[in-house]
Amino acid sequence: MTITSDRSQAAGTPLVPAAPTPVPAEPAATVTFSIDGVETTVPKGTLVIRAAEQLGIAIPRFCDHPLLAPAGACRQCLVEVWAPGRDGQLAKMPKPQASCTLEATPGMEVKTQHTSAEADKAQHGVMELLLINHPLDCPVCDKGGECPLQNQAMSNGRPTSRFVDIKRTFPKPIAISTQILLDRERCVLCQRCTRFSEEIAGDVWIDLQKRGAQQQIGTFDVQVLGFAGDTPVGASSVDTSGRPFASYFSGNTVQICPVGALTSAAYRFRARPFDLVSTPGVSEHDSQGSAIRVDHRRGVVMRRLAGEDPAVNQEWITDKDRFGFRWQSSPDRITTPLVRDRLAEGTRGELRPASWFEAYGVAAEGLRTALEAGGVGVLPGGRVTLEDAYAYAKFARVALGTNDVDHRARPHSDEEAAFLGHHVAGRTLEVTFADVAAAPTVLLVGLEAEEEGGILFLRLRDAVVKRSTKVFSLAALDSRGLQRLSGTLVPAAPGTEAEVLDGVVADAEEDALSSLAQALATPGAVVLVGERAASSAGALSAVLRLAARTGARVAWVPRRAGERGAVEAGTLPTLLPGGRPVADAAARVDLAAAWGVETLPATPGRSASQIIAAARDGGLGGLVVGGVDPADLPDPALVRDALDKVGFVVSLEVRPSDVTERADVVLPVAPPVEKPGTFVTWEGRPRPFPQALVSHALPDHRVLHSLADALGVDLGLDSVADVHAELDQLGGWDGARVQAPDVAPGEPPAVPAGHAVLATWHHLLDSGRLQDGEPHLAGTAKRPVARVSAATAASVGVADGEPLAVGTDAGTITLPVLVTDMPDFVVWLPTNSPGSAVRDTLHAVGGALVRLAPGTAPTAAADDEEA
Amino acid sequence: MAEPRKKPPAPRPQQPAGSSPRPAGATPGKAVAPRTSAGEVGAPAVPQYESLIPKSSGVRALLAPVGGFGVTLSNMFRKTVTEQYPRETVPTKPRYHGRHQLNRYADGLEKCIGCELCAWACPADAIYVEASDNTPDAQFSPGERFGSVYQINYLRCIFCGLCIEACPTRALTMTNEFELAGPSRAGMIYEKDDLLAPLREGMLAAPHPMVEGTTDTEYYRGEVTGPTEAQRAWVREHRPDDPTLPEGAGVTAAEQVGPTAAVMAQNVAAAHRQGGVR
Repeated sequence: MTITSDRSQAAGTPLVPAAPTPVPAEPAATVTFSIDGVETTVPKGTLVIRAAEQLGIAIPRFCDHPLLAPAGACRQCLVEVWAPGRDGQLAKMPKPQASCTLEATPGMEVKTQHTSAEADKAQHGVMELLLINHPLDCPVCDKGGECPLQNQAMSNGRPTSRFVDIKRTFPKPIAISTQILLDRERCVLCQRCTRFSEEIAGDVWIDLQKRGAQQQIGTFDVQVLGFAGDTPVGASSVDTSGRPFASYFSGNTVQICPVGALTSAAYRFRARPFDLVSTPGVSEHDSQGSAIRVDHRRGVVMRRLAGEDPAVNQEWITDKDRFGFRWQSSPDRITTPLVRDRLAEGTRGELRPASWFEAYGVAAEGLRTALEAGGVGVLPGGRVTLEDAYAYAKFARVALGTNDVDHRARPHSDEEAAFLGHHVAGRTLEVTFADVAAAPTVLLVGLEAEEEGGILFLRLRDAVVKRSTKVFSLAALDSRGLQRLSGTLVPAAPGTEAEVLDGVVADAEEDALSSLAQALATPGAVVLVGERAASSAGALSAVLRLAARTGARVAWVPRRAGERGAVEAGTLPTLLPGGRPVADAAARVDLAAAWGVETLPATPGRSASQIIAAARDGGLGGLVVGGVDPADLPDPALVRDALDKVGFVVSLEVRPSDVTERADVVLPVAPPVEKPGTFVTWEGRPRPFPQALVSHALPDHRVLHSLADALGVDLGLDSVADVHAELDQLGGWDGARVQAPDVAPGEPPAVPAGHAVLATWHHLLDSGRLQDGEPHLAGTAKRPVARVSAATAASVGVADGEPLAVGTDAGTITLPVLVTDMPDFVVWLPTNSPGSAVRDTLHAVGGALVRLAPGTAPTAAADDEEA
Repeated sequence: MAEPRKKPPAPRPQQPAGSSPRPAGATPGKAVAPRTSAGEVGAPAVPQYESLIPKSSGVRALLAPVGGFGVTLSNMFRKTVTEQYPRETVPTKPRYHGRHQLNRYADGLEKCIGCELCAWACPADAIYVEASDNTPDAQFSPGERFGSVYQINYLRCIFCGLCIEACPTRALTMTNEFELAGPSRAGMIYEKDDLLAPLREGMLAAPHPMVEGTTDTEYYRGEVTGPTEAQRAWVREHRPDDPTLPEGAGVTAAEQVGPTAAVMAQNVAAAHRQGGVR
């Protein structure tokens, strides 16, 4: 763990070393020219406006954006240009040139508005034309105060308008989605938004319409544009409001809009730039570690913007990162410790507020009793910061004397624990975003890049567009996200992933598999494995075999923000911090010495499922539960039952959950915006973030420190500085690693008639608890559908669009069916979308057998009622 | 190939770095006056004071010691300027910068759009504004946006009037009310309902829809002269008991002074009583 570089030098090998600063490559060819009389040398192909930026010469612009292709749409950046002609004589170009589309050439002399009256006059003229139809509604415009048009009208515009006619007006605003609103009269047609949607996100949901003076930005409307045979949105790509689905990345257009034409419903009229205090942050929604900027006013987060980090998220974030922050300030936050009194007959009574002192006392007393009654298991959950995960890991080993700690609140397996210990823990930054962007071939296994890693999708798409990277996806169906990556589907029914992966050999009979094997053998090829691979027996072993066979590098891409950091921090039953195997005596001695304890528990602990089973059957006396939602675990009913039956439950939570209802002591902890900490990206890159809001809420590691104190153990983790010092001192592990998993591919289950194998993954926007309190964002989620192949649909007797009932003994989910090109006898459901809580309703995970039947629930009618 | 490069501009004569202007007369080597009284050691010698007024002579010089009484004597017979406040309150000048007021349009809609330009302009950070969306069910001001929270902290306000200049809709103006003192800090923070101008005769209390067929531009141009029948009908439907309806009790009955302003009015009245005003 390295937050500052000097600390890492002092400590040698840090636990999670910071990424080295990328060194820009030496340009092959350079160009020397001058701007405003200042000579400069830039790489060949550099745009004049970029070279001017490097010299600190400001040229006004609207359409220019460093990450978008040059467009020359707004004409605001006009400059006077002198260039050597064929005779070598310096000659003036007859008209001012747009510096955002003009590449520098040798000997060119550029005169900006600072030195050329002509350029200055041209810019004033363009500004006057842009302002002709721009309304003077700055006082009600969200952009007012941070508006490039406002600022540059002041710096490069006329002080008074000569325009006396009536401005063009449009009805305002039109809703592009429930979240994004468009005021067309404010638009200066710079096309940043349309270029973003085409070039970066790849979903055309906003486009130019009409011509000439009538030209305007609009939604992708069939009436106006026509789809020209290429359907821009799949049939299922309808958001919950019934519109053609917009985009998971639509919020970026609001940020890059240089005027107030695009605004978000969530931030509309909420604040002014001068009200806001900005704090850099890191998104807590996924393992991508997107840099964000948290803007808050008087202790309330008003909005979040994309931060700039070229190595990770460039300048883009997903809409979930941008708009999903209300959960942190939701009114149901737990503010004081709660203690449940035992009634006289021994049953549990009501929770009541208590002091911290009393709560620690009750918790310590209960944990002592539970330790005697069989031990205590620890479930930190996958959303913890590195510091908090480390505290959970140390708390379990030192204060509770057990290895029964597992952060995986999702389908998991022992094979996965071995994979993480062997291949992931302690191996940071072996595959990075830059490696993925530079790879010739990327194979996704159990990973839906757009839904389960938004930034990874954008970086992949960038690579596909710019470098012709080939993307393969081992999945049950060809998703819209994969199509936008121009990807190739390697179809695999759930449960057969290992078999298919083992079939990827150069001399495979199927062309698809042999060409994949050849593509993976090219140097730099990368295999990205998602967390869903754990629910398919043998898949992770097969991935390692495939990597050994082809030489491709393997990286593990979990969904949740805390998963990778928790692996490094050692919250796994078989893994100590830094990738030290529990089974390795030398590793235990090393860690015991660092922690200053006599010994560490030697037996590998139980996994999350086993902890829950043991708690239910009396094998464990108590549980310490962090941010775990029982509905995320494979069998939520079992978890709730276990929490009911276990002797004592301590819950560390931000907001009430199913665990709170069953906990004996509830200790409130701080959400990420109210504590400093570090998330670790899937690459193993530490992403430290400061505390944004002033708060009395305590981070998990401080609560655990005090709880250990009440148990008579000094954890030494009372401040972030303490944790960092300990992590730096601890360092990584260079001894023996956990053995690689070698699990044989599972036998695909026989599918009886009327049944199918369940394939499932999360939508990016779904019923997740971190998206609570944000109705505008929820409206842009994809509408849940069940997908089956045509043959499967016919065998059940369900036509496209009709309701399909997917059931197990536990329950039934009924969704409209969408016939998709996918393997027969496989049904796909979104894991946790409204009306489709797969784990909670079906108690099933991917690969399970489910019954199919024609549904009776009038889904469409129910929707109409809602509307 | 390129034309000969221009000579760089000659460097401007600059003061040598670190040199500070030295007081005249303190040049090293020059004589330093001996220290005569308390003062800086080594300070330059101060030349003797000499008055530039010519000395008077004759009768003027003789009467000079009592000449000053002339001013006193002449004022003894002039009208006194002392104001007997609070026993009698003298009206201020018309442009006196007093307490603020949030104005309304003729149909009763608020002029404030919650743009926060007043808060932005305020040099004392005395104004706090939060804006919200106007909805069809609750339209408080013309257009999309209205000020839902509006606070002025009169402990901070310096009555400079920059907020008035900043206001794009003339929503914020200043009254001549200057009696702003109170026993508590919280009581000096005026909320929106304390600051809103009283409804005048004929106005219809907000919220209600805009005059049909108008935009905020027509309102701003003053083309809305009063509530229309459609607006009254809307209020009748949604708030049948509204006193500002023609059949209601009238605007005086509708007038509810905000709690802070009411307490302040009591304080002022009490102070006046103490001052002997009935």
